[in-house]
Amino acid sequence: MPKTSIKITSEKLNLQQCYDFVSDDGCGGISAFIGTVRNDTKGKEVLRLDFSTYKPMALKEMGKIAQLALEKFDIVKIAIHHAEGMLQVGEIPVIITASAKHRKAAFDACQFAIDTLKETVPIWKKEYFSDGEVWVNAHP
Amino acid sequence: MNIQVLLFGIATDLLETSSLEIEISEDCTVATFKKELAKLYPKLENINSYAVAVNEAYASDQITIHKNDVVAIIPPVSGG
Repeated sequence: MPKTSIKITSEKLNLQQCYDFVSDDGCGGISAFIGTVRNDTKGKEVLRLDFSTYKPMALKEMGKIAQLALEKFDIVKIAIHHAEGMLQVGEIPVIITASAKHRKAAFDACQFAIDTLKETVPIWKKEYFSDGEVWVNAHP
Repeated sequence: MNIQVLLFGIATDLLETSSLEIEISEDCTVATFKKELAKLYPKLENINSYAVAVNEAYASDQITIHKNDVVAIIPPVSGG
């Protein structure tokens, strides 16, 4: 049985699928992190976000994060799913779930996975405002 | 030798393409490649900084680029 589920999709992310994947009779808890599209950046209204990816590399990097999380924390399974394409305010770009015997490992694994994903996985978002658009993090 | 370079994120907007072909010397390192690229495409200076991936993995400056390697420009990422 695989212990990691890694996915990038242009379809709507499925929380149930991430939950079902990590669900395990030996676990005492499942932790989930769900990223959502916020309606503002520094006080400016955001209309939508466009996510683009270097898909083969992003999948590899997400796989590395999942593997590292399994090594670092006492978890049983972990799922990391990311969306690509245009997302509206309130929609979900990322879901991470982790199951563990005890809750701390599940919380820690989710935190580690989302923090590392934001630093290393080659995915980019463009923010759309009413008066233009900007690549996040791209400028000095 | 000629290599193909993939562009992503803001780099695609700056250079108005998602891939380039450039000529580099044999035994070219990532550091040398970046210098060459900066000369050919000064617009890339508008990016905060960027990483280079070779064959779908982050590559440090000392790595040598070989024929048929897949090289990619990775601007600062912003997933999640």
